[in-house]
Amino acid sequence: MVRPLGFLVGLGFITALVLAIFTTPLKNEPNVAYSFVKEPRHLKLASDGLVPHWDKAQLQRGMQVYKEVCSACHSLNLVAFRNIQDLGYTEGQVKTFAKGFQVPSVNPDTGEVATRDGLASDHFPAPYANDVAARAANNNAIPPDLSLITKAREGGKDYIYSLLTGYQNPPANLPAELKPGTGLHYNPYFPNLNLAMAKPLNDGQVTYADGTKASVDQMAKDVTAFLVWTAEPKLVKRVQVGWAVFFFLLIFTVLAYLSYRNIWADKKH
Amino acid sequence: MSFPWAKPYEPQHPLMKWMDEKLPIPRLVYNATGPGYPVPRNLNYFWNFGVLAGAALMIQIITGIILAMHYAANVGVAFNSVEHIMRDVNAGWFIRYAHMNGASMFFIVVYLHIFRGLYYGSYKAPREMVWLLGVVIFLLMMATAFMGYVLPWGQMSFWGAQVITGFFSAIPIVGEPVRQWLLGGFVPDNATLNRFFSLHYLLPFVILGVIILHIWALHIPGSNNPTGIEVKDEQDTVPFHPYYTAKDGFGLGIFLLVFVALTFFSPNMLGHADNYIPANSLSTPAHIVPEWYFLPFYAILKAFTFNFLWIDAKLWGVIAMFASIALLFFLPWLDSSPIKSSTYRPLYRWFFWVLVADVLLLGVCGMMPAEQPWVILSQLGSIYYFAHFLVILPIVSRIERPLPMPNSITEAVLAKHAPDAASVPAAA
Repeated sequence: MVRPLGFLVGLGFITALVLAIFTTPLKNEPNVAYSFVKEPRHLKLASDGLVPHWDKAQLQRGMQVYKEVCSACHSLNLVAFRNIQDLGYTEGQVKTFAKGFQVPSVNPDTGEVATRDGLASDHFPAPYANDVAARAANNNAIPPDLSLITKAREGGKDYIYSLLTGYQNPPANLPAELKPGTGLHYNPYFPNLNLAMAKPLNDGQVTYADGTKASVDQMAKDVTAFLVWTAEPKLVKRVQVGWAVFFFLLIFTVLAYLSYRNIWADKKH
Repeated sequence: MSFPWAKPYEPQHPLMKWMDEKLPIPRLVYNATGPGYPVPRNLNYFWNFGVLAGAALMIQIITGIILAMHYAANVGVAFNSVEHIMRDVNAGWFIRYAHMNGASMFFIVVYLHIFRGLYYGSYKAPREMVWLLGVVIFLLMMATAFMGYVLPWGQMSFWGAQVITGFFSAIPIVGEPVRQWLLGGFVPDNATLNRFFSLHYLLPFVILGVIILHIWALHIPGSNNPTGIEVKDEQDTVPFHPYYTAKDGFGLGIFLLVFVALTFFSPNMLGHADNYIPANSLSTPAHIVPEWYFLPFYAILKAFTFNFLWIDAKLWGVIAMFASIALLFFLPWLDSSPIKSSTYRPLYRWFFWVLVADVLLLGVCGMMPAEQPWVILSQLGSIYYFAHFLVILPIVSRIERPLPMPNSITEAVLAKHAPDAASVPAAA
């Protein structure tokens, strides 16, 4: 009874699928934008691979780029000032750094909305009070929070680095409908080709304390390295712990294998 | 039940004797996974995966309970509470990544466990109940994994919940009310997140209960084995402990090594970047894709693109997707061949490997956007999937001539170890 019924059910599905095959066009609708979108360029960082470390000088430079350029529009909600001790700053330096920011607060006497100096426990304050203000100031596009950005985009850090360095004039053969509209900027690494963010980095835009030349490429690398850290401050520790756990388990597995062989030695199987 | 030669439990220590009289848990363990449970002596490494699935469930339950101590199931704070775990909770990043990748490891071992059962005919009499309970566990796992993926309240969480609950709206008349009832609203929102958290915490314990039944049902006929020949006498078996506890210990080591490599070195490899973007009901991701372990079924869902008879394409897809799992319940009766192991089934063996390739192909198709050639490949793949179980298998099991089989497990084992006449040097 099961088999004849199953056979009929199977035939039903198969017929529906065969008809679906014959009614689905075999040609894809051409998507011109595809041919202009570029694969992200690879960015090699100290935090890559199986023996990563943080290049603290680079992270400090990257934070400077964030603070002086990106933070005008982008928030960094998940990062607290105390976290930047990871970047090689002392507790005192962190306190001073935090003090340089004004964070939302209430007046302790009147209860009115106010601001106060930042504390190490505060998070980086957002540039806009709310999404409406962010939209209004940015051609109706909300600048995304950058805390997780290198984990939240296909292509990760490579994509962020490529996007920051990828601004260029649209190619001559770009169809008119793909040309950037008002307030949009052409960037072949962006999936839609045109984005609301204008070219954020220009040569010499920041002055690095360590004397590194602030080229667009250098700033893009540095800020991307910083954003890899903000996305996962525990990345280096994760891999280091991973090796300890891996070798511990490797020893366990070898011992388990030997005891398995030993126990089965007299038993053919 | 066990075999007559099973070693009886004889407690020596007065405390164990006292315990055995009051609450014979040591006896239960001894007879279930100790020296008192005889198991075929010829099990290969594919028989490790049941124990590994159990280990994976325990890891999920332990890490999950810890995560629940720090997670907050509210749409306003859920996303940030996960990041709080990643950044501020001691070793929270480890617990969260272990739980995230633990789900993948659980599905990997369960899929291997299922395909082992398919290859060696472990679903056949007298083990039908073991198989049926296994399919129930698989369904519960899918529900649990889906609801767990919603909890971080990222973009893929939200849109995954939107798409999956949307399946129900394909049902005529009652579909939309059912969907609203499941969601607790018109779109996934706080009510949805809360109930998914509640159920995500509940279902693993239901799974644990069904696993106990699964093992109970297994212990009545005892384990199948690579020859598919039932145990005949004592020399066909070895006591579970120490023989298979030792082998499972080694298997567990390998499993944990893979798990650790994934968790510590590439924890986001199997995830989606979009789920690190907070849920936004106004912005639809370009590609909504489920987790990898659902991809073959997602491909079947998407393969139906034609309104056939009075049923529209979407409903066909939903029915087919559920049917593709539900038909596993009928497998013990679809395959009427008395031969269990594919080792002795020359024809079925080929179709088995085609099925493996087909499921992998469907997995790839499920991941791809709805473009050619992936649409036609998923359609062809789905045709084979249904044909395999509902058409080919019943016919093959009728016409196939099995290969000659040894009389017993021991005979098969000894034949494997007997010196091959051709390869023995003349002097020996």
